[in-house]
Amino acid sequence: MSATTGAAGGEPIITLEGVSKRFGSFQALRNINLEVHRGERIVICGPSGSGKSTLIRCINQLEHHQQGRIVFDGREIGPHAHGLDQIRREIGMVFQSFNLFPHLTVLQNCTLAPMKVRSTARAEAEALARRYLERVRIPEQANKYPGQLSGGQQQRVAIARALCMNPKVMLFDEPTSALDPEMVKEVLETMIGLAEDGMTMLCVTHEMGFARSVAHRVIFMDAGEIVEQAPPETFFAHPKSERTRTFLGQILPHG
Amino acid sequence: MNYTFHFGVVWDDWHALAWGTWLTIQLSASAMVLGLLVAIAGALGKTMGPKPVRWLVDAYVEAIRNTPFLVQLFLIFFGLPAAGLRMSANEAALFAMVVNVGAYATEIVRAGIENIHRGQVEAGLALGLRPLQVFRYVILFPALQTIYPALCSQFILLMLSSSVVSTISAQELTAAANDLQSRTFRSFEIYIVVTAIYLALSLAFSGTFAAIRRAVFVETGKR
Ligand SMILES: Nc1ncnc2c1ncn2[C@@H]1O[C@H](COP(=O)(O)OP(=O)(O)O)[C@@H](O)[C@H]1O
Ligand SMILES: [Mg+2]
Repeated sequence: MSATTGAAGGEPIITLEGVSKRFGSFQALRNINLEVHRGERIVICGPSGSGKSTLIRCINQLEHHQQGRIVFDGREIGPHAHGLDQIRREIGMVFQSFNLFPHLTVLQNCTLAPMKVRSTARAEAEALARRYLERVRIPEQANKYPGQLSGGQQQRVAIARALCMNPKVMLFDEPTSALDPEMVKEVLETMIGLAEDGMTMLCVTHEMGFARSVAHRVIFMDAGEIVEQAPPETFFAHPKSERTRTFLGQILPHG
Repeated sequence: MNYTFHFGVVWDDWHALAWGTWLTIQLSASAMVLGLLVAIAGALGKTMGPKPVRWLVDAYVEAIRNTPFLVQLFLIFFGLPAAGLRMSANEAALFAMVVNVGAYATEIVRAGIENIHRGQVEAGLALGLRPLQVFRYVILFPALQTIYPALCSQFILLMLSSSVVSTISAQELTAAANDLQSRTFRSFEIYIVVTAIYLALSLAFSGTFAAIRRAVFVETGKR
């Protein structure tokens, strides 16, 4: 796939400088430094509990960091930052457990934020929603409730819902981990489609095939630190750290 | 037993009891609607408000749930005028019922809110909704849906306990019955009929609640 050749340039849209995060006395993130450029696609992997979710949740402040700086599109983000909601609306997020709103139809899930946050008129919001539902290839489910869909369909709705806010960046936290194997593919294909359209993406995932074909950069985390980062070819062929090699040995077929 | 029933007395004055029944329906329904609003505000304050607000809600809920309704009613009707707040018996009755059911329902709605998965709130925030918008559009409806049966039981209890307000001569079914009793002295017949009316009212409110549930809480499939 040509995705990896279009190496991302441009100014950073997200910058993390010396970010640390504790839960009580437990250090979940240690001195994280990271720059994400516009159009860049980053895959984050690492053992369970290594701080991957915490890292991307700090970017939209679902978790608040205690030290360091996070800058999004020129604006510093913090727990007391004014207009946190204004920054969040530009950062789409897809969760492992979908988190669709069960009492709203698929279409209403997609139009809620545009209508309430951006004051988009209903007709316009619905047209937008239908366009994105088309794009994730489930336009025919618009009037169903989330509980009536399969996991893969729900996750694609969740992606469409995030896209309806026209985010500048999309964050994915293990978007396929809760899915049955036969549904993983349809969600990954949707994400690859997004990548091809040039979306800036940070994906926590252990789908290494996806990382190889789509990512500009793979980041390996362990114990709250970024241990190693490299373009996928280098990352998989010549992992530098012993911890990375051990991890890859565990998750890649035939070690 | 050599008591001879004379239901004719009750029948002659049926319009007094019918009027009383209608007032009880009005009073109870008003207290339910207003009490629900109090409960939603209370649960919002308790779950999302700053510390002083949470304390205030706690104090309100505990004070009401640990004192008798009759005393609350007297305090409002006989006590508040001393503080310059004068109310008619009917107004005081409604006020006391709202304050009372609001406390119980606050606890019920709060439980419903806390039952909502954290991921729902996070999804709302991540989309850029402000916390109050998350409460209104994401949390409230599913919370009310889960606690709806408990809320309905509480509302039936409210309707039944409304008979207590006859003690301050507020106009409702029990007051109408007391009035009729003092004129005819046919207590047994009157209170048999009134008991039957309260039973019918409970069933009617239950039926209405079920109809509301079918109309409002649509079938949203498996979760
Ligand atoms: N809300 C929380 N309270 C306490 N500890 C937490 C919380 N969230 C995460 N942690 C801890 O922080 C560490 C990193 O968690 P997380 O970022 O979810 O890891 P990952 O996504 O890599 O599996 C884990 O050890 C986890 O137990
Ligand atoms: Mg995680």
